[in-house]
Parts: sequence; structure tokens; C-alpha cells
Amino acid sequence: MSVNILSTEGLSFRYNSLEVLSDISFGINVGDYIGLVGPNGSGKTTLIRIILGLMKPKKGSISLFGVESWKFKEWYRVGYLPQRTLFNPYFPAMVKEIVSSGLFSRKRSRRGLDKPEETMIDEAMRLMDVLDIKNNLIGDLSGGQQQRVLVARAIVNEPDLLILDEPTTALDPETREKFFYTLQELNQNKKVTIILVTHDIGSIGKYASKLLYLDKRVIFYGSFEDFCSSEDMRSYFGEFAQHLICHRHD
Amino acid sequence: MEILDFLQYEFIRRALITGSFIALACSILGVLLVLRRFSLIGDGLAHVTFGSVAIGLLLKQHPLYVSIPIVMLSSLGILKLTEKARLYGDAAIGIVSSLGIAGGILIASIAGGFNVDLFSYLFGNILAISKAEVFTSMALSIMVLLSIFLFYNEHFSTTFDEEFAKISGINTKKINSILVLLTGITVVLAMRVVGIMLTSALLILPAVTALQIARSFKNTMAISSIIAISSVIIGIYISFMINLPTGATIVMTNFIFFVTAFLYRNIF
Repeated sequence: MSVNILSTEGLSFRYNSLEVLSDISFGINVGDYIGLVGPNGSGKTTLIRIILGLMKPKKGSISLFGVESWKFKEWYRVGYLPQRTLFNPYFPAMVKEIVSSGLFSRKRSRRGLDKPEETMIDEAMRLMDVLDIKNNLIGDLSGGQQQRVLVARAIVNEPDLLILDEPTTALDPETREKFFYTLQELNQNKKVTIILVTHDIGSIGKYASKLLYLDKRVIFYGSFEDFCSSEDMRSYFGEFAQHLICHRHD
Repeated sequence: MEILDFLQYEFIRRALITGSFIALACSILGVLLVLRRFSLIGDGLAHVTFGSVAIGLLLKQHPLYVSIPIVMLSSLGILKLTEKARLYGDAAIGIVSSLGIAGGILIASIAGGFNVDLFSYLFGNILAISKAEVFTSMALSIMVLLSIFLFYNEHFSTTFDEEFAKISGINTKKINSILVLLTGITVVLAMRVVGIMLTSALLILPAVTALQIARSFKNTMAISSIIAISSVIIGIYISFMINLPTGATIVMTNFIFFVTAFLYRNIF
């Protein structure tokens, strides 16, 4: 039986009078790989920020690992890569210092890193192919390398749920392929549940197992097979758009 | 005069010890403030110190003890204005800073002026520091350093990426409050070293110098501390030897370190 990682019930959010999310209800189980897609302003980032406790919904409830989100404390079980981390390009931190900061949700004391923690940091850097540059300053790296460092920070805790908000915008095609391959490995071998927010609707079907299409409300949530064979979705998106989403899905 | 001769004077020893402790606290806080683009908070709070010194002189109380609570409250005021009034930090600092200066001028005017005393706070006079001030400054500087040390991970995470720090379960509001409160205390202490007019230099210059050459976050704090303490020692020595104003000499020494580091970075 699948274990519930995240569930929302009747979630709504508005900025002043502008409705951003309306009556959002869905559940995510262990091992799911969700492609969260939708047009600009569809509420994807707002939904992610609510899941992470950075914003409070106006209505509805949300629970993480079976615990209501406002009571949830085990944040080390959730890894997060923001849409765009606006950090000072001259910030004097080494790659290793930044990846280590991902452990602060688990470890807060002033003691140095112990052996298992060192191993976790090295493993995250190895997975993201930044181990060789661990002593470099973040500001000296290319945009793609910086992005990989931030993903390493997100996965260093070996999280059960990994949320990535448009992670591939700064990556070249080759690095992007490698990056998706690594995510797939995490998902399949380590059973990490993934929510991937993306605009790349044409290729998400190659990687994700489920599609959550948002446009202020849930337009579709289910497997790609169901999406591709749904008459309702064909009439909602049109045949061409449905084909675009489905044609690269094996 | 030999260096050892220079050290035989008690007022010099007091100045060196107090100045070094205060400079150390400034240099560590300065790294956090500069990286968070909040470096002018030192300047703003120094202006508040002008008002609080005037209150102290009016009430015939020691300005240091009157200033610390007032400046701490003002630092929280700047933070709240930034959070609640939809203002950027520089505008919030501008409001509180001008309030401090205006308040100081009004109080000085009402009191019929206390020119000489106020002047010594404006430009600093570390060579005239009392024994009680030495101990207060040392104790408060140690408290500042200890707070940074104990919350080092939280400060690092919040300074690099505040949103990620929040998701890591770090109470970033508490960390921000601690940072501005410590800055408030340090600014009041720095007033005795370099004066109200130059306080922000002690916060900014060692940090930006370190940022030219540092290779990690810890390394930045270490270099900033060494630059700050060296500037105090060299500044006091030069000012004593060739009879220059001490505060300004310390700041100029800091500036020379900055230029050297800048040239080193751009040449090598």
C-alpha cells in the first residue's frame, strides 16, 4: 500500500482580490514523480510556497507525511530548489559550505561535521557532479554549475520529498539531460518522491509518472496514460496541445 | 619612540584593548551586514546615537548607557519598517536616521548647547576612555561575538538564502532581530572609538576588504577581524606618534588595507 506524502484539501489562496488558487485537492504518494505544469500565473509557485509553509492558504488544509503542515517540524524530509535563488554573486562561500547548509534543518549545533554528515555532503556533491569544485567560490562558477550546487544542497539530507521549481532554466541541453537522469535515479532507486515544476510541457512526459496541470484550479491530475487518452483533456487543450504533451512520453 | 615606550601609558593600553574588542565585533557583524546589503544600517544607527547622546547629556547621565537601549529599539524599528511598511532597507534607515539627527539638534538647542561634549562623541575620543567603559565595551563585545558564534549556522544560511533558511526551520525573524540588535550595541560602542561620523566605516571597511581576497565564508570573517584589529593598533600608534585624530587615523588605515586588497585582487 502506498504511503501518503502530501495531501491538500480544498486549498484556496488570493492576493487581495485576485484569486490565485481555488479549491485545490490532491494527494501524492511515496515514489510519485509529479510534473507540475500550467501557464504563467497559474499558481504553481504559490502552491509550492504553501506546501513549504512560506505562505498560509486562505482556505483548506494541507498535510505533509500525515501531519498538518502548521504542526510539521521534520523539514529535513523535504528538499527544495527555489525557482531562482537570488544570491549575491560575490558571496564568499565555497561550494562545500553551501551544500553543508542543507543539513541545518537536521543539525543546528555548533559542533563540526561528523563522519556520516561528511559522507552525505560528498555523496550529494558527487551526484550533482560538483565534488571536484567543492573548494571553489560559488560566485566563480557558471550558472549551470551554481544550479547543480543548489540541487546538491536540496538533496544533501536525502529527503523523502524533493520539490524543484523550474530547475533546468540555467542548464545547457547536455547538462539538462544528465540532470533529469539523476532525478530519475533518485526517484527509482532511492524512492524519492519528486514534484517538478516546469514550463517544458513537451518533455515532462519523458520523466514524470504523473501530471498535475494547474490553472488556478486543478485541470488534470493523474497518470500520463490517462491524460493522453482523456477526451475531456482533448477538448480542453485541443488535439495539438494534448499531442505535444503526450508524444514524447514512452 | 619605541613601541614598548608607547605601551607604557595606561590610556594607550586601554585604547588598544577597547578598540580591538570593538573592532572585532564590528568586523564580524560587518560581514553579515554587507552581504545582506544592509551595511548603511550602521550609519543610520550612528545618527540615532547623536540624538541619544544629546538625551544623555541633557539628563546628565552617561551617554553610553542612555544610547544602548535607544539605539537597540531604533534598530528593531528599522527592521519592522522594512518588514511591515513595504519599504526597502535604505528608506527605513533614512527615516530612523533623520529622526535621530533632528531629535539631537532639537535637544541640543533646547538645552542651550553642550558643544564640547557632543563634539567629542561626534568625532570619537578613544584615548580618553574610562576604566568602566573599557569593561563595558569588552563585556558587550564578547556578548556580540558569542551570539554570532552560537548562531553561526543560522546566520550563514539566512545571509546566503533567507527563503531556504526558513524552509530549513530556521526562525529567520529571530535571527534578523538578533543581528540588528547586536549592530545597535556595537554602533554605540564604536562611537567611542571613531566617533558618530565614522562608525559605519568600522562595520563596512574590514568586511569589504576581506571580500576582495577571501576564499570562504569563515575565511572572510577571519580576514575581516585581522584587518579591523590591525587597523586599530596601527591607527592608534600613528595618531599618537604624529599627533593626528585617532578615530580618523584608524579609518584611514582601514581604507589603506582596502585599497591594498583591491589592488592585490585586480593585479594577481
